[in-house]
Parts: sequence; C-alpha cells; structure tokens
Amino acid sequence: MTSSNFRSWPLYLILTVISMPLVIMYVYLFVDTVTDTTAGSLIPDRFTLHHWRFLWEEPETGRVSIWTVTLNTFIFATCTTLINVSASVTAGYALSRLNLPFKRFFLGGILTLHAFPTITLIISIFLILQMIGLYNTLIGVILVKAALELPLGIWIMKGFFDNVPWEIEMAGLQDGASRFTVWWKLVLPQVQPGVAALSVFVFLSAWSEFILPQVLAPSGSAQVLSTYLSNLIFDDMKPDFNMFKSVGVFYALPVIIIYLIFNKQLMNIYGGGTKG
Amino acid sequence: MRISIENFTKSFGDTTVIEDMSLEIGDGEMLALLGPSGCGKSTTLFAICGIHRMNAGRLMFGDTDVTEVSSQKRNVGVVFQNYALYPHMNVYENIAFPLKVRKESKAEVDRKVQEIAGLVHIGELLQRRPMQLSGGQQQRVALARALIRKPDILLLDEPLANLDAKLRLEMRSEIRRIQLATGITAVLVTHDQVEAMSMCDRIALMDKGQIVQLSTPKDMYENPSSDFVAGFLGNPPIAFLDGTVADGEFRLANSQVTLPVPSGIEIPGEGAPMRFGVRPEFFQPGNPLKVPGKVSFVETQGREELYDVMLENGAVLRSIQSQNAGFRLGQEVSWGIEQDRVLAFGPDGNRL
Repeated sequence: MTSSNFRSWPLYLILTVISMPLVIMYVYLFVDTVTDTTAGSLIPDRFTLHHWRFLWEEPETGRVSIWTVTLNTFIFATCTTLINVSASVTAGYALSRLNLPFKRFFLGGILTLHAFPTITLIISIFLILQMIGLYNTLIGVILVKAALELPLGIWIMKGFFDNVPWEIEMAGLQDGASRFTVWWKLVLPQVQPGVAALSVFVFLSAWSEFILPQVLAPSGSAQVLSTYLSNLIFDDMKPDFNMFKSVGVFYALPVIIIYLIFNKQLMNIYGGGTKG
Repeated sequence: MRISIENFTKSFGDTTVIEDMSLEIGDGEMLALLGPSGCGKSTTLFAICGIHRMNAGRLMFGDTDVTEVSSQKRNVGVVFQNYALYPHMNVYENIAFPLKVRKESKAEVDRKVQEIAGLVHIGELLQRRPMQLSGGQQQRVALARALIRKPDILLLDEPLANLDAKLRLEMRSEIRRIQLATGITAVLVTHDQVEAMSMCDRIALMDKGQIVQLSTPKDMYENPSSDFVAGFLGNPPIAFLDGTVADGEFRLANSQVTLPVPSGIEIPGEGAPMRFGVRPEFFQPGNPLKVPGKVSFVETQGREELYDVMLENGAVLRSIQSQNAGFRLGQEVSWGIEQDRVLAFGPDGNRL
C-alpha cells in the first residue's frame, strides 16, 4: 500500500487494536502450555514441560494413550477423505456428463441433503449403527461422516467437471481410448485442483468433527482427539487446565499446518469451484 | 478409404437435423462440407466419426459397414475446432496418446512421434505444453495427433476458425499439403467458402440438412444449381436482379429496362418471375450489354476496387475492377454485363 493519497498506518492501528484480544488469547494458549503461573498472578513465572507429559508418560489406568487416539483421528480423517473423494469424483462425473435417468431429481436431492441439518439424523443413525453392530467402532463413524459430507463433495466435483470441455473427451474417444481411460487419464487431471481442494476440505472437516464420534463412538479404542479432549475435562476430578490447553494445541497443530500449505487449493472451493 | 453415407437421418429430440442424406467420398479425396450455421454439416461429420449415432441409414468405410461400430474402433482422426489438446500433457505426450492407448512399445511410439512431428513441422516444440503454443502451432499438434495412428479418414471440424487471418492462409495450404502427402481421405467442415474452394477436391454445399449441390469448386462456382449456391460462393458475392419474362426477354422489376436472356436456356412462360445473377467480374465498363446506374458504394481492397452500382429501379449490381479505375461515389456510369456469363434462375430459385 504505497499510494500517496492513502495513509495506511491509521487503518493498521485500528485493526491491531480490534484484533488484540484474539491475539492475546492465542499467545496465552501457547504460553500457558509451557509455563506455570503463581495463583493470583497474570504473568507466568516458571518454565515447565510438565503439561505436555501426556505425550511421553504412560496413560493412567482406564485412559488411552494420546498416540493411539491421534492414530485413530488420522485413520478417521484419511478414510473419510478417501471414501468421500472417490465417491464424489465418480458421482460428480456421472451427474455432469452421463445421460442418467432422473438426473434433475438427483441434483435436487443432493442440494436438499446438503441443506439438511446433520444433527436431526443422529438418533436414527445411532440406532442403525447399533443394529448392524458398528456402534462404538471407527468404521461406523467413518461411514457416517463420509456419507454426510458427500452431497457437498458431489456438488463441488460436478461443478469442476462441468467446466471440462466436451471436445477433450470426444478427442480421447476418437484416439481409441475407452470411456474409463478417458475419464481417468484425460478428465480427472483437468479437475485435479478440485480433487485437491475437496480432499483438504473433507480431511479438515473430519479432523475437527466432534458430535459424530462423541455420540457414535464415545469410549475406548475408537476415541478420536476431539472426544479425548472433552473427556479430559469432563472425567477428571482434579482439572488440569494447562494440560487441556496443551492437548488443544497438539490437536490444532495439524490443522494449522494443513491450512498454511493448502490455503490456495481451499480458495478454489470457497470461490465456488467454478474455475477448473 | 472410400466413405459412403446412405440415407442418413439424424434428429435430436423432435428436431430432425438431417433427413435422408446420401454422399459418396472417394479414396484419397478431400471433400468440404460447406454451409451456413445449423445446416447439419458438423452433425454429418460427427456421425462419420461415431460421436453421433445415426437414427437411420448406413455408413460404409470401404466395403465395411461401420454404422454400429464405436468411435474407438473406426480408426478416424479428428481435428476439433478448438483443437481439444490435453492441457496437462506436453506436445509429445499429446501426440503419443493414441499410440499409448494401443500399448505400442516405447521405441515405436518415439519413432512415430518424431516422424509425424517432422511432417507437420513441430519437431522443436515437443516438450512444450499446449498453453505455451500459438494457435497455428496448436493446430499442427492437433493434426499430428489425429494422423499419428495412420487413420483411414481425417475429419476436420472448422479447423481454421480460431486462427487469425494471416495464419489461416498459411494453415490452409499446410493442411492441404499434409493431406496430399499422406494421401488420406479427408472431410473438412467449414462455413467459409474460400476455405472450401481453396483446399478441397469437391464441395458438398449443404442447406437445412440437405446437400444442395455436390461438385468441384470450379464447377460449383461457374454452374451453381440454384441461387442459394450462387450466393454462397464467391467473394465479393454475386448480385441478383429480380424481374419477369417479357417478350422472350428479361425485364427488370419496376422498370422498362430489358435484357436478353443468355443463349441455350429454356425461358419460362410470359410474365413468369425470373432472377438474374451477375458476378462482379462480369459487370465491367468494357462489356457491350450496357446498364445505366449510379455508383453507390466504393471499397478499396488494395489490388482491386469494389463498386456497387445502383440501377434506376433500386437494384444493385457489383463490379470488381483493377485499381486506378478512378470512379467516384455518386458518379453516373453505364457499364456492361457479359451476356453469356449471366446466371438465370427460375421462380423456385433453381437454375434455368
């Protein structure tokens, strides 16, 4: 901002003042995880790694190790992403290009489902999972989460496929390739920005999912980080808020890293997915 | 390879685009499907390559019936209007794609790509991406990709439409050179009569899903079967005079001026409407059959000058003359029509 008739420092000042509370909160979140503060004081006075002990100490009896829970969360997020993206690219292509019967009905249905609040379904999903024996398992939550994210994924991928020129597919067929080869080798690479964006989006959404694991896989070996975090304050007789903050930071780190790396791809989705 | 289309009908939903069309294309021939937008020329092309299914009729390549054969198995190379290059592959991979699909060996693919790249003069561009190429270069890549697996037939869908004027001229002769060098049977779809006339052995002029005339460019220009054909071919276009038959001669509408009818044509009955077509090169100051009028438009084209002459009844004749003729706008002139080159059309538009 070097324009001569516009002074930027007042604007920066206002912005700084407004965002100060937020910044202070974040700073304290980090600072508190590695320090101790004398009661009644605001300024931390002792450095300690005690609050991060959950990373290397044996868990208390009845608790699961943080590493198992982290692994669970990774499996949950990765599988959800894989299922969701593979279903979205195929369904999106079909809705964009194939001459399906009831195509308009499907498209309308997808939009409706996308607008449908998840929480209203939770009781029936709970009952179904219990009936088929997937209650309190990771597979159950993965399936439910992948399914609930599908409408958005399909809709976004359809938008990306719509922008691939027809001629590319015709040329591919004319060059002797099968429909599948055309889709796999010629069309998918054109929507690769969409696939990347959707993957990141679904991964982050699954990583931060709380309600579904909490209700459908609340305890034991199927725990994920979000439920672990909530159990930490609910169950404990002697709450350790600094440790709670440490786990929180630990939980948020991958999200922050992924955002930093992939923020360009994510813009693709928030931009409406209209540019291929 | 010879292509024959027999009684081809194509409709989309309730609209019939092409009805009962038949066409023979000889081996090694380059044929133009020429016509205004919406006349069904692209539909015909896509039926030949298999993208469109024919609703009725039969399509033969040589002695093989390919009506029900899928696009992949027809062995037809297509160049699309926007070239449809694969943006994520470089030029080499684009050209090699049809061979890779057939799982040919690496050495074989490499040899063929180099050979075809030499033919279309893109040897030094093989590592580039399509986005980094100019329109003419993209066109050459598209041609190379269409030709690499030695197709029986080459189809070109408006291949020059996206090029600027200078490149168009260059690619016109390039495409023809490559077609002659490979001896391939080619079908060119275009709405530009200059392209069709300069590149092709024969032209099929289409209108409203029908072939109006099928002929060599020269013959079609000199002997159009109807006023539609005469009006479509030629630049600057032919000028038409409307009138009626009077005493065995042609009398201009709303005027007492009469012109003799060219020899050897059957004159319709007295009073019947009739149309004369006069090409600009046959309306010149030196010709004997004079028609008076006033210069109403002058266009300098460099080597030549184009004049519109408005006759006293409001009809306009066009004349193209070598430069420095020096006629001015509004000048009264009396130029002549070359009587034997006049094209006479009957009331239904057909040539007499």
